[in-house]
Amino acid sequence: MNIFSRIRRIPFWSWIWFILGALYFILPLYATVNFSLRMERGVIGFKAYAKAFEDPEFIRTFLYSNALALTTIIVSIILIVPTAYWIRLRLPEARRIVEFITLLPFVVPAIILVFGLIRIYSSPINIPFTDTTLLQPLTTFEVGTDILIVAGYVVLGLPYMYRSVDTGMRTVDVRTLTEAAQSLGASWFTIIVRVILPNIRAALLSGALLTFAIVVGEVTLASFLGVPAFGPYLFLLGQHRAYEPAALSFASFLLTWVVMGLIQLFTGGQEQIAGAH
Amino acid sequence: MTHLALKNVSKHFGDFTAVSDFNLDVKKGEFVSFLGPSGCGKTTTLRMIAGFEIPSSGSISIDGADITNKAPSQRNVGMVFQSYALFPNMTVAQNIGFGLRIRKEKEADVAERVKEMLSIIHLENKADSYPYQLSGGQMQRVALARALAIRPEVLLLDEPLSALDAKIRISLRAEIRSIQQKLGITAIYVTHDQEEALSLSDRIVVMRDGEMDQVGTPFQIYNFPTTVFVANFVGTLNNASAEVVDPAKGVISIDGVHFESAVDLKDRKKGDKVRVAIRPERFNFVSQEKKANIVDCKIENITFLGSIVRIQIMIGNSKFYMDTFNNPFLELPKIGDKDQVTCSREAVLVLDE
Ligand SMILES: Nc1ncnc2c1ncn2[C@@H]1O[C@H](COP(=O)(O)OP(=O)(O)OP(=O)(O)O)[C@@H](O)[C@H]1O
Ligand SMILES: [Mg+2]
Repeated sequence: MNIFSRIRRIPFWSWIWFILGALYFILPLYATVNFSLRMERGVIGFKAYAKAFEDPEFIRTFLYSNALALTTIIVSIILIVPTAYWIRLRLPEARRIVEFITLLPFVVPAIILVFGLIRIYSSPINIPFTDTTLLQPLTTFEVGTDILIVAGYVVLGLPYMYRSVDTGMRTVDVRTLTEAAQSLGASWFTIIVRVILPNIRAALLSGALLTFAIVVGEVTLASFLGVPAFGPYLFLLGQHRAYEPAALSFASFLLTWVVMGLIQLFTGGQEQIAGAH
Repeated sequence: MTHLALKNVSKHFGDFTAVSDFNLDVKKGEFVSFLGPSGCGKTTTLRMIAGFEIPSSGSISIDGADITNKAPSQRNVGMVFQSYALFPNMTVAQNIGFGLRIRKEKEADVAERVKEMLSIIHLENKADSYPYQLSGGQMQRVALARALAIRPEVLLLDEPLSALDAKIRISLRAEIRSIQQKLGITAIYVTHDQEEALSLSDRIVVMRDGEMDQVGTPFQIYNFPTTVFVANFVGTLNNASAEVVDPAKGVISIDGVHFESAVDLKDRKKGDKVRVAIRPERFNFVSQEKKANIVDCKIENITFLGSIVRIQIMIGNSKFYMDTFNNPFLELPKIGDKDQVTCSREAVLVLDE
């Protein structure tokens, strides 16, 4: 009843634009799904999905990329939460500079970032002004490249993570909450863990999700650093196979939406709290 | 006995002096208000007591122990903010218990103290509510309970009522005062609302441009302001420039209209320029009663304010307000009428120009 009367109140042209927009997004998706279901001639079925998921290389790269994403998210949080917090609290002048830095990944392409990383870290790391080698070139061993790629991903995810966290902090007035906690005797650690983090949970989750999506699909950094990640795997697969990449694309699309739904579910109450002010 | 002491406290932000040479001794259990217009340094002074700002010079002590440079978390000072500042992720009970849990008190003691605080603020049935489920007045009561739960040495309140609407403001104001008296806690209350300061405080510090203008009981501040600024800021006040006519007899003249004042004018000379202040409620029409000063005036305007009627009159070339209590039998003059008003010698305050 209510919904119908509400729908009728939306003007005609809004509907046209809405439908056009929806088609623009849904048609390619539909085409992908449709295609992915037709691996066997004349039969609609999930063969492409079964084949794609069976490939041990898929499992390996997918797990590896997930691990990378998780590490990236943790490192980002450890790096960005205290930074954004301190800027809100004590260094509002620094906000412009930091915002500019976080936007750099939009200006500097990933390919430049990866060549920069390789150029600098393919030589050994010395103690400054001496010839004593502290660490072998990071590009020459596995853990080294893992460190490099996570560092690169932290940079790529910076715009999303920083902005989410900063927005989250704006909605809860961290400055006054901090002072309230301080006057009650709380230490810095307690304040961050028990007051700040729980109140920006929703923002952290959305930042984490975006970072996750970027890392799992990323190709440039992964292929140039030569790590066995999911992005390059999907890319390669696309060059040799027809149906499986379509199936995997749709599957990862679905996964993203499920995660988004879960986040919405878990943080619904949280946003209500923030929204109450 | 002095509980909280501020000695020669100043605070500069760059070249700007927010607070200068602030001196105050607060007794245990005393309720002191900082009153003054926006930007006069009330919050800054309060924040120095809380430890959120470090004084540029001077010292702050509690029970003789210097706390000037102590971290806020080590001071055991309760703070109530204008914006409530409740932790949104915690229930009412968790908010109130937060400070006690930080102090690692036993869970049973925390629960008992929280219950006690809830009953003091009359919110027993909201223990498990989240802040967003409460009204503004309820949130501020929880914030008060949270600050008091830790048994602070001093309770600091920074305009705690200014985000609330008028009715709640008045009832909560009375509640704050009664809780403060019941617990015998020392309180510093920042406000720019003179009525709040007058009704709550044992003593008021009137501040202007970072300096203390006058310190005194509400009675002293209202009845015997020592500066024009205090006189103007607290209550509605008429003031006009005047000239000393006879220092010995206390006679001054406003545009040729003579007034006798009870203030000692011995230190002034004939012809000195001064400022004369008279509260609106000290005037009466001569037809009602006669006092020492009887002067001619002209009725300029009449405003009905509910329980009182405010009449604007012209004495000489100066405008004055005069308040009379409203009653159904009141015979109001007409605008433009010539009349005579009267006031006592004590009502005429003489301040520096
Ligand atoms: N961190 C700061 N940096 C620079 N100036 C400041 C700072 N904090 C306060 N001030 C200045 O100090 C002066 C006093 O500020 P304060 O907040 O104490 O005023 P207030 O009396 O509390 O006013 P209000 O009634 O508006 O709250 C103001 O002019 C303000 O601009
Ligand atoms: Mg203030």
